[in-house]
Amino acid sequence: MAALPRSPIAVHHGRLTEADATRLLWRAGFGPRPGEARRLAKLGLDAAVRSLTRPHGPARLVGRRPHGEHGQPLDPINVWGDGHNWWLDRMVRSTHQLTERMTLVWHSWFATSIEASSAALMLRQNEMMRARALGNFHDMLVEVTQDPAMLLWLSNSSNNKWSPNENYAREMMELFTLGADRGYTQRDVHDQARALTGWTNDWHEGAGPSNFRYDPALHDTGVKVIFSQRGKFDWQDSCRLCVEHPLHPSFLVGKLWGYFVPTPPPPGTARALERAYVHSGYEIRPLIEAILRHPHFYRGPRMVIPPVVYCAGLLRALRGSIRTNAWAWICQQAGQMLFEPPNVAGWDYTHWLDTSRWAGRFSAVNYALMHDVLDPSAKHYPTHEGPGEAVEKALGFWNDPPLSPHTRHHLLEFSRRAQRGIKADWEQVSYRILRQNALRSLIPTTPEWQTC
Amino acid sequence: MLKRNCCDGFTRSEAMRRAIAAGGPCSTREWDPRMPLPAGTGVDRRRFLLGAAGGMLSVYGAGRLGLTNRVLGDGIAQAAAGPSEPVLVSVFLAGGIDALSLLAPVGDPLYRKYRPTLAVAPDQGEPFAEDPRLHWHPAASSFASLHAAGKMTVFPGIGYTTPDMSHFTSRHYWEVGQTETRTLTGWLGRYLDVAGSPSNPLQGMSLDGEMNPTLATAHNPVAAIDRPETFSLWLEGVWGDVFDWTLDSAAGLGTAQRHIHDEAVAQVAEAASEVGIVRHALAPFRTADGTAAYTSPVTYPNAGDSDFPQRLAGLAAMIAAGLPLRCVALTSDDQFDTHSGQAGTFDEALTLVADSLAAFQADLEARGIADRVLVHVWSEFGRRAQENGSGGTDHGAGGVSMLLGTRSTGTMVGEYPGLTSLDTNGNLRENVDFRGVYCSLLEQWFDHDAASVIPGASGFPRYRLVR
Repeated sequence: MAALPRSPIAVHHGRLTEADATRLLWRAGFGPRPGEARRLAKLGLDAAVRSLTRPHGPARLVGRRPHGEHGQPLDPINVWGDGHNWWLDRMVRSTHQLTERMTLVWHSWFATSIEASSAALMLRQNEMMRARALGNFHDMLVEVTQDPAMLLWLSNSSNNKWSPNENYAREMMELFTLGADRGYTQRDVHDQARALTGWTNDWHEGAGPSNFRYDPALHDTGVKVIFSQRGKFDWQDSCRLCVEHPLHPSFLVGKLWGYFVPTPPPPGTARALERAYVHSGYEIRPLIEAILRHPHFYRGPRMVIPPVVYCAGLLRALRGSIRTNAWAWICQQAGQMLFEPPNVAGWDYTHWLDTSRWAGRFSAVNYALMHDVLDPSAKHYPTHEGPGEAVEKALGFWNDPPLSPHTRHHLLEFSRRAQRGIKADWEQVSYRILRQNALRSLIPTTPEWQTC
Repeated sequence: MLKRNCCDGFTRSEAMRRAIAAGGPCSTREWDPRMPLPAGTGVDRRRFLLGAAGGMLSVYGAGRLGLTNRVLGDGIAQAAAGPSEPVLVSVFLAGGIDALSLLAPVGDPLYRKYRPTLAVAPDQGEPFAEDPRLHWHPAASSFASLHAAGKMTVFPGIGYTTPDMSHFTSRHYWEVGQTETRTLTGWLGRYLDVAGSPSNPLQGMSLDGEMNPTLATAHNPVAAIDRPETFSLWLEGVWGDVFDWTLDSAAGLGTAQRHIHDEAVAQVAEAASEVGIVRHALAPFRTADGTAAYTSPVTYPNAGDSDFPQRLAGLAAMIAAGLPLRCVALTSDDQFDTHSGQAGTFDEALTLVADSLAAFQADLEARGIADRVLVHVWSEFGRRAQENGSGGTDHGAGGVSMLLGTRSTGTMVGEYPGLTSLDTNGNLRENVDFRGVYCSLLEQWFDHDAASVIPGASGFPRYRLVR
């Protein structure tokens, strides 16, 4: 494989270990399948990153097709939650893991909710973002600005020359390109809204919104002043003005970096990434390749695995697939229902946990294991299995995840407790089965497993 | 981001109900000796304490597992056994509620000019006794009744200087109690950090199914649930003692690792630890089949796709049972971000909020605990005076807020700002600073020095809010 382009940005030195590859697969994808981290580590850093950023051929979906509780195919358009399940399945099965992960990044970046539109329009937006996942940010902004789900979500199809609606104008600067209170004023918001006038759609009882279009008759053709520039700006100009704003590159680099590394980039790295971004004409792939090779990616602190990534990762580790519609409400309780971000700002990637969301993750483990549960009423199970053996067996079930001695010791104490609980003869078998089921559940709920 | 009701969509609460019907998240497979209180009998304080003690015994019994979260169990027991503390409930009306519709200035000659299609008609809604120009929106008749009964203080022109028209920024300011974007703790979270307990997560309770930022603490534990009866865990193929030991082991590992250096690991560990405590504390509120083990003395609105009323019903039951709650936060389901088609969505959302809060107040009074509870109702900003061309209103500045309870003074604070003195963006000007309200609540309701919670507290005026 050809080497990646040379870069002035620091690159991780030394061997890519299996632990490094595991982190790469969790942060740039949805966790390793059995043996995948070992295989990736053998490629070395550049080839490993390249296998994610420049995969060969079209994406393939590997493994069993998804279905609902009763074997029925998913129906993303008509069944509540199946849009979520449909995408979760791609996260589990797609051979282009980073493409799916970046699509998730854009979904949170340009957070649009199904509450304002429909499943069909959300899936259309999703396909658009997937097609551009590692492409050009300016192109993405132009696409997002005319995307029907977004036009509804931030009211830009209700924005016309007689009565400008500032909703999209404000968020495109605050959340999408510049950051809150960075380099724009209320005057800019107002004139940006005027520049964005002209989009509209039809609406019919029963059929909902349709025929999204730009109608020049609705556009305010007057002169606007945006970021101190005067002109008869239109919606394409407003996208261009945002990406050409001097504070846009630092916003984009800081935000994109934050999805992959929990500590901010060193100032020199940030500046080099900003230069590379502008020099390339707003390309995303080179930034991702630099971030995924940066020493801080591998040597810095851990990140909490986001809820949908956690769920997809459980299924990948088990070579499982979507076999229930329940994944939608499970992920909702865990704090990340796809196509329903909490608000226009997307999900808060720094605070994923609270008591309710932890309980949601616990449900996820339960459902992931549903088809591997040992029957506690079974007659036979090795009655000589001791506490340590039981823990080793459960760890082996999960492909021996790298847990700390402290966590292993904790599992062992639980295992011993269960062993001491055996009083009656009949419990010799059943308690060992209960214990094995319990250990399989406990391992992925440990704080170490839930972080990467 | 106007919420439209999708024909085939339904919310979390209904999803949960369907899942329960399908043997889902709250199935009967959980075996817990403390749970089976007969359904419909209510849970009183004594029963709660018995239940909690039973829970703690089982944690003590597992002490050799290294389950140091028994200390946290002690924290709850101590707090519950102590004198009853005042409770402050923060209710966030998300999206920026339109003050000019909630308290419509039908007597202001400029009103119909700014609101040609949205203005409340002069013959509609109850008059607002403290300012004859204002009428309550017809959908807010429950608020009108509470106000007439002297149980609701109204702030008709609340906000802060240099208003920010971003939802996220302005909401954040209100949540953290200062106009500072980098603050990570909520104002009630900071109060709990200095006046709360290091071992009682129930002292700060979010009823949003996730952490409400108003309650975010730096040190002391807080909890997030939906409703007390829905907080339940189960495992396929694990039951009896082994099930309990499993959950206690997960919680115990959390307690052991929650101060670990790595922040991500610590975040997961802290949540695991708190789950263990909350699970034991809420067990008496849930029947074996996952329904509420308490009854409400009043009828709450049945809102179909929203469980906002039921979350308030659960809250009243938890306070009445003696759970050591001090600060509670919840968010209305319906968005008040009415950029278009305001007329219908606003009415529906406001009716639900007003009727639910009135039911909650009646519930507290029926249970004899109304004097212990104040409800603070707020929104991140008011909306632009001039309606837009989409039958809606854009983000504004000065807005409206309310304080509900038998011990609120019921006397208006500040005044209707009027439409002749709009700011340069065409928004209502504020005449009461929300931080002054926070300081007054801390001092008068919690008897706590506001300076340790609200930066620059001495610079804000105080208002008489509590009697």
